[in-house]
Amino acid sequence: MSASVAAGALKHHFEDIEQQRGAERLGMWMFLATEILFFGGIFLAYTVYRLLYPKDFADIAGRLNVAVAGLNTFLLITSSLTMTFAIRACQMGKRSTLLLCLAVSGLLGTGFMCFKAYEYYQDYEEGLMPWRTNFGQEKVHNPDDEHAPPTTLNEQWEKKGVAPQRVRLFMTFYFVMTGIHGLHIIIGIGVIAYLWYRGYMGWLTPDRYAAVEVSSLYWHLVDAIWLFLMPLLYLAGPHHSLHF
Amino acid sequence: MSTTIEHETGAPHHAEPHAAGHVSYLKDGYSIWSWLFTVDHKRIGILYLIMLTLFFAVGGALAGLVRLNLITPSGMILENDQYNKTFTAHGVVMLFLFLIPSIPGVFGNFFVPIMVGAKDMAFPKLNIASWYVWMLGAGFAVLALLTGGLDTGWTLYPPYSTRSSHGNVVTGVFGVFITGFSSIMTGLNIIVTIHRMRAPGMTWGRLPLFCWAMYATSLIQLLATPVLAIALLLLMIESASNALGVPVGIFDPALDGDPVLFQHLFWFYSHPAVYIMILPGMGVVSELLTCFSRKNIFGYTAVAWSSVGIAIVGFLVWAHHMFVAGISYYAALLFSLLSMFVAVPSAIKVFNWVSTLYRGAISFQAPMIFGLGFIVLFTIGGLTGLYLATLGSDIHLHDTYFIVAHFHFVMVGGMVLAYLGAVHYWWPKMFGVMYSDFWSRIGAVLIITGYTLTFMPQFWLGYHGMPRRYPNYPAQFQFLNVMSTAGYTVQLAGFLLIHTYLILSFFTGKKAGPNPWAATGLEWAPTESPPITHNFDTTPRVVAGPYEYSLNLTQTGEKADVR
Repeated sequence: MSASVAAGALKHHFEDIEQQRGAERLGMWMFLATEILFFGGIFLAYTVYRLLYPKDFADIAGRLNVAVAGLNTFLLITSSLTMTFAIRACQMGKRSTLLLCLAVSGLLGTGFMCFKAYEYYQDYEEGLMPWRTNFGQEKVHNPDDEHAPPTTLNEQWEKKGVAPQRVRLFMTFYFVMTGIHGLHIIIGIGVIAYLWYRGYMGWLTPDRYAAVEVSSLYWHLVDAIWLFLMPLLYLAGPHHSLHF
Repeated sequence: MSTTIEHETGAPHHAEPHAAGHVSYLKDGYSIWSWLFTVDHKRIGILYLIMLTLFFAVGGALAGLVRLNLITPSGMILENDQYNKTFTAHGVVMLFLFLIPSIPGVFGNFFVPIMVGAKDMAFPKLNIASWYVWMLGAGFAVLALLTGGLDTGWTLYPPYSTRSSHGNVVTGVFGVFITGFSSIMTGLNIIVTIHRMRAPGMTWGRLPLFCWAMYATSLIQLLATPVLAIALLLLMIESASNALGVPVGIFDPALDGDPVLFQHLFWFYSHPAVYIMILPGMGVVSELLTCFSRKNIFGYTAVAWSSVGIAIVGFLVWAHHMFVAGISYYAALLFSLLSMFVAVPSAIKVFNWVSTLYRGAISFQAPMIFGLGFIVLFTIGGLTGLYLATLGSDIHLHDTYFIVAHFHFVMVGGMVLAYLGAVHYWWPKMFGVMYSDFWSRIGAVLIITGYTLTFMPQFWLGYHGMPRRYPNYPAQFQFLNVMSTAGYTVQLAGFLLIHTYLILSFFTGKKAGPNPWAATGLEWAPTESPPITHNFDTTPRVVAGPYEYSLNLTQTGEKADVR
């Protein structure tokens, strides 16, 4: 194996390329373990409050845009598939396929972030940003009664017996969780763009496929975290209709 | 730096004096940049050593202020608010800027790759990044402490820290948050290095116990630190929301938050973090005791696996910090039981160390004095921990000086002694010079005497009800408090002495041979002290266990006592 390794692919402190690949893979798996504990901590904190305040959390979760979240789930899962194809393309030395797969993965991730930004904008419009003073004061339609004239969220919550400070708690968790996840996606897009650049310059030879492999491991994890985030936040309460 | 990256092909290379990578790591480049942009694990270890020494001095000076203030019952020099900020700064600096990165940062970096027979850590750039990230976090923490300080205690409990505290909570917490990343990077590097970089013949059963301990430590760093990160992130958000006038009650009960949840998340890290602080010390002690009693370690497998056992059980005991915080009675019972379990692997270690000493040819050089001091003081610290794990006695002793004495016996009597033992043991290998044998023995005895005198009276103080973190106390406690402060001055004298002869060793110290202690570990196998940049001229072949003192055999199969 190591006989065919191109000069420079093996770093000076490793004995052979398999040792180097093993180290890179293990290093990434260890990093993913820390990520799981990192998100695990906030999933736990969120779950505690969801169990304490199920009614308030269900009500506000029903306001989130589950249609966009569903579409985003599709985008991320698809990007994981193309990322896996990229590893194979790199191993087989098919440069154009590699570049295509990486580009599609990166673009799908970018699409995810665009839809996420659109969702954030909707939250902004509805006065659901917990760090703004207009929290709960914007007039919006009541999802339980589409034909009623729009009233402020505070009035709707009061009528339903939902505590505004608990909604604020939910929205804080929502922005922290999706925000940290979004940050991971942006880092992932950066990594994919860098891989694409290396591939474009012809530096991603089959010897160096481990770079694509460990990046894909990270990308899959970020994807998998979304698969937990999405039901935790968006499906915590009933949605009365699907809107974009 | 670029000159060290020559052997790209991995082909066997022979000793060529002064060729790239084959000069002493201290002589491989002299400019400041050759240090600041180094990727050599040994130089990174030295960078850690310099900064740790600085932070230890700062933390020690803060402790001095606390002890001085407690000489008189009404508080001698500090206002109450200043006192709060002083002990908080002492805790933050000592824990996050000294104890947690201490042995992993210096000796983990410097010696784990050499002890497994590798040229460097698995990820050299990540390694230097960890130092910079740590410096960045330390910068924020120091900034917060200098511009107003924190008055929350190092535990940062909300809602006080987020609502009422008049200190720089967000800046300080952000600093601690950042140092966590550095801790994770070091831990990740050490785990991968031990898994993947071992030389031929270095099986898990031949791995030095220091590496086993560092492995267990790194597991905790990897798996616990992220939980602290998320807890601190939420704490910062809550503090910021209060500052901005749009309060969200993540942990604030007035806004339907749960302050006990923060304590759970905080201690889920911070209890295992206690083992981040003590496990590396236990690894060091296994090296010291075998070398200076010329004995094979008693029960290698038990000592090795008890490190992993401590790491695992250590994750299951966090709520014993919260027995009086209002957790459920059944949870308290369970955590009390589990806390007693964690004493089992610790006791296994102590019994095995003592058995190692039995009928050994013991010589009382400075590293050994520190090692023996560790066993005694750690055992006292560990046994008094059982009082605190017991529900009934904890209610009496919680938040008193008893607990302060307990954890200082473990952290300071344990970890700092082990750190000093490691400094003295590996100094000749790191710098190629010997320090004064006579003065180092005096220094070790002074330190151990000072520690005992400082912290032993605090057990009495706590048992009789003196609460921790109070700036003043009833007059009948004065005698014991003065004793404790007197102990501090003895320690101070010890530290000044140690710094003096260690610095003097650079100028007047005898040149150390490759193996001045006639030790058997692989770190003494490189033919020179200090080691060359690539550690070994050729990849070593390991043929023996790490402590073959009865056969007088090094791990590469040579006679150990040829100096």
